[in-house]
Amino acid sequence: MEALILLLFIFVLAAFLGFELIAKVPSQLHTPLMSGSNAISGITIVGALLASGSTESGPFAQWLGFAALVLASINVVGGYLVTDRMLGMFKKKDQPK
Amino acid sequence: MEGFINLAYIVASILFIFGIKMLGSAATARRGNLISSLGMLLAVVVTLLNRQVITSYTLIAGGLALGALIGFVAAKRVQMTGMPELVALFNGFGGLASLLVGWAEFTRAQNLQWAEASFPNPSFTAFVIVLAILIGGITFTGSLVAYLKLSGKVSGKPTNFPGQNAFNAVLFLALLGMGIFLAMSYDNGAALTLFYTIMGIALLLGVLGVIPIGGGDMPVVISFLNSCSGLAAAAAGFVILNNVLIVAGCLVGASGLILTVIMCKAMNRTLGNVFFSGFGGASTKGGSKVEGEMKAITIEDAYYVLEAAKSVVVVPGYGMAVAQAQHAVKELGEILEDNGAEIRYAIHPVAGRMPGHMNVLLAEADVPYEQLCEMDAVNPLMQTVDVAIVIGANDVVNPAAAEDESSAIYGMPIINVHEAKTVFALKRGQGAGFSGLVNALFFRPNCRMLYGDAKATVSSLVTQFDD
Repeated sequence: MEALILLLFIFVLAAFLGFELIAKVPSQLHTPLMSGSNAISGITIVGALLASGSTESGPFAQWLGFAALVLASINVVGGYLVTDRMLGMFKKKDQPK
Repeated sequence: MEGFINLAYIVASILFIFGIKMLGSAATARRGNLISSLGMLLAVVVTLLNRQVITSYTLIAGGLALGALIGFVAAKRVQMTGMPELVALFNGFGGLASLLVGWAEFTRAQNLQWAEASFPNPSFTAFVIVLAILIGGITFTGSLVAYLKLSGKVSGKPTNFPGQNAFNAVLFLALLGMGIFLAMSYDNGAALTLFYTIMGIALLLGVLGVIPIGGGDMPVVISFLNSCSGLAAAAAGFVILNNVLIVAGCLVGASGLILTVIMCKAMNRTLGNVFFSGFGGASTKGGSKVEGEMKAITIEDAYYVLEAAKSVVVVPGYGMAVAQAQHAVKELGEILEDNGAEIRYAIHPVAGRMPGHMNVLLAEADVPYEQLCEMDAVNPLMQTVDVAIVIGANDVVNPAAAEDESSAIYGMPIINVHEAKTVFALKRGQGAGFSGLVNALFFRPNCRMLYGDAKATVSSLVTQFDD
């Protein structure tokens, strides 16, 4: 039970941290911020790895984990690359014409 | 080994925190994204070292390779104009992945018959599994509907039916009730049936929740669903008792919520209003009758006016994205600049279909950074502007929002183009905007309409200058 309370504690602190982190973001960064944080939400890939690699759960659970892994890796890889592409375009403008 | 893995998770969490922080500022954003991707890489690599849980790498290798390949190709091939739907789709995948992690864990628990050694708090685990299924399922189907609407595969108009909100509310409460029931009777014979019922309703609720929301409200919906996908990951973190999932998921959940609130404020509406009013599409309620008529202007006449203009403001909207006119617009901007005019691009916070949509498109076309202005910066200067060119924007320049108390969008901050000396509105036809409202701007004496495809219109203006 104590371990659960500790996790809840972490959850609440992370929530406050998240609110504080991006209280003021210029609007041109809204899209990259969204797609960048979207890539972070692919962290569920960790759960997918554990589920697809654990043979004790039975084949059905493993295949569910496999499906989760494919989707989460699309989310992670695609999300980071797309964000980087967008931010790369923003950068060009700083250079003189 | 377990201690080492958990330490590495802490480092990954720190990298995510710095990553998000740096994404909030233009100078550091790209590095921030890189740092957060390093955090993700670290989390994946140390998870692979967890030999206690991972006993076979066959599926893992296949799944990682397949997903990474699809993600890579999708990210490289997408057009900047297709960005909103791609982000929506990725987001939906993240939600579905969290749902599947919850499902896999439920299957595992049933196989092990909720053995004490693996599941010390079975009721808690069952309940957070339900949360992961619920939030993940809503995120998945909701994002899918958003994707279909954004890509034009289904109509962007809201779909309403009588008693919709009440029906959705009942479904949601039923879900919560069933979740609590499942948490108490997880080892019951009917638990699996109940589990699948919950999953089905969650998936249905995602569809029902997003179909009544119109295309104009999509920036809010996308950032809200983004927040949800984070919370789904956090719920999955509680399921497998993993702190990096909880921290990263919760960070995304919180930051996504802030972005959602920013979007709502930019439209002077509350989140509840966006989700439950079915506005942003077909409602034409209220609004005084607009007097006057819409006057068209030819390209040639528009050219003479622009040629003499000393100060020009371009207001882009979703129409520019649809017509893919951003490159032509940039070309026109350069010509006007060479002609001695001062040019600015005024960007409304909710122009387009995702937060910051117009910024991305104009950046793609290499429009200089300094020329992009936020609404609050450009409005005080509007009276000194010779020509304001509205390209496929509608509600965000509707003066009724400022002046007509009976209008459905009254109170929404707008870009005051009607105060400019002349307004050119580029528009495909005479129809109303996504809110379904008649735009009072088009009837103003200082407004002239340029009908036709935005890209073609802008290109022919450029040709006029060349001649």
